[in-house]
Amino acid sequence: MGDTEDSVTSKRTVFVTVGTTCFDALVKAVDTLEVKQELSRRGYTHLLIQMGRGTYEPTKSLGEDGLLAVDYFTFSSSIADHLRSASLVISHAGSGSIFETLRLGKPLIVVVNEDLMDNHQSELAEELAERKHLYCGRPQTLHQVIARMDLESLLRYHPGDATPVAKIINKCLGFPDD
Amino acid sequence: MKEMDDCCFFAIAFIAITVAIIIIRLLHVLYLTGKPRRIKSPQLSALIVLGSGGHTAEMMNLLSVLQMDRFSPRFYIAAATDNMSLQKAHVFEDSLIDNNVIKGVSAQFMQIYRSREVGQSYITSVWTTLLATAHALWLMIKIRPQVVLCNGPGTCIPLCVIAFLFKVMGIRWSSIFYVESIARVKKLSLSGLLLYKLRIADQFFVQWPQLQRKYPRAHYVGCLM
Repeated sequence: MGDTEDSVTSKRTVFVTVGTTCFDALVKAVDTLEVKQELSRRGYTHLLIQMGRGTYEPTKSLGEDGLLAVDYFTFSSSIADHLRSASLVISHAGSGSIFETLRLGKPLIVVVNEDLMDNHQSELAEELAERKHLYCGRPQTLHQVIARMDLESLLRYHPGDATPVAKIINKCLGFPDD
Repeated sequence: MKEMDDCCFFAIAFIAITVAIIIIRLLHVLYLTGKPRRIKSPQLSALIVLGSGGHTAEMMNLLSVLQMDRFSPRFYIAAATDNMSLQKAHVFEDSLIDNNVIKGVSAQFMQIYRSREVGQSYITSVWTTLLATAHALWLMIKIRPQVVLCNGPGTCIPLCVIAFLFKVMGIRWSSIFYVESIARVKKLSLSGLLLYKLRIADQFFVQWPQLQRKYPRAHYVGCLM
């Protein structure tokens, strides 16, 4: 028990996820010296990158250089476990990743992919950032977001449910409302 | 000569009457769209369109709060390129049986061709759109659902349009419910816009208040996630 607590306090992992997309710009951004420096300045020790269909391979590191230990993989069936053990999540703007992270109550930075043609996904990230549930940035501004973020000021997201929809559907179909 | 004139007159009259009947029927269906179902029934057959990724996750959230014993049989449709969604539906259906919500198997799982994959060229997409429409028609003739639940993306459009045409033609009356994705905060998706503007959806739900202000016929229901 003492051991696990120790490792929890000493190991602070940043988990980067791009879902099933190809988002090399984000992987490149977290692989830059400025982002890594900023992250270790804020007390993070490990950087784990899920790179999806991207082709840019970040430089692995064991952290001897005083910076973060860096590791990466393409896909995994245990994304939920990685999210759970992370101290900070940096994610693409997909609604699945966003809400899975928020539901776990993890601090989140969403990075919008500007290369997507129909970029409606920034709408969701920006709205949730306005409501102070997460931070939102672009690959080029990621290090500034990390430098400026104040995780204490983030508000916990309370998941919604579909009962209002079910009520209206029941009423419309003539089912008793209960 | 006179015979020709008569022929012409009858042909024009016939076409005019047919068009008038179709328009009256169309207006009647549009008038009834969104009104509560007149014929009550304890169980209705339902088509559930799974849109992949976040769309499927939101749909599963909706299904989890609906009383599924009221929707029987249930037909799940997902895009042929999406292998995750039907798997999730299978897990959900198994949980219904385990929890004794339903007795026996009353669900079917189907795949549908997509009219256009991301990145496909527009020339080949003419052919694939035709194929996808024919496939959608074939599935809908088999299913003839009384309830259609969908939340985008484009996969649901041919199915909804066919369901609406079935209403106009008197083949099957259905209630179509569309929930716009949580990712749409300021603007409707193309699928949502089509179903809203053409009044195909009986009830239209949005998850952000900004959208309800823009589209007043929509219900604002808060976030599903």
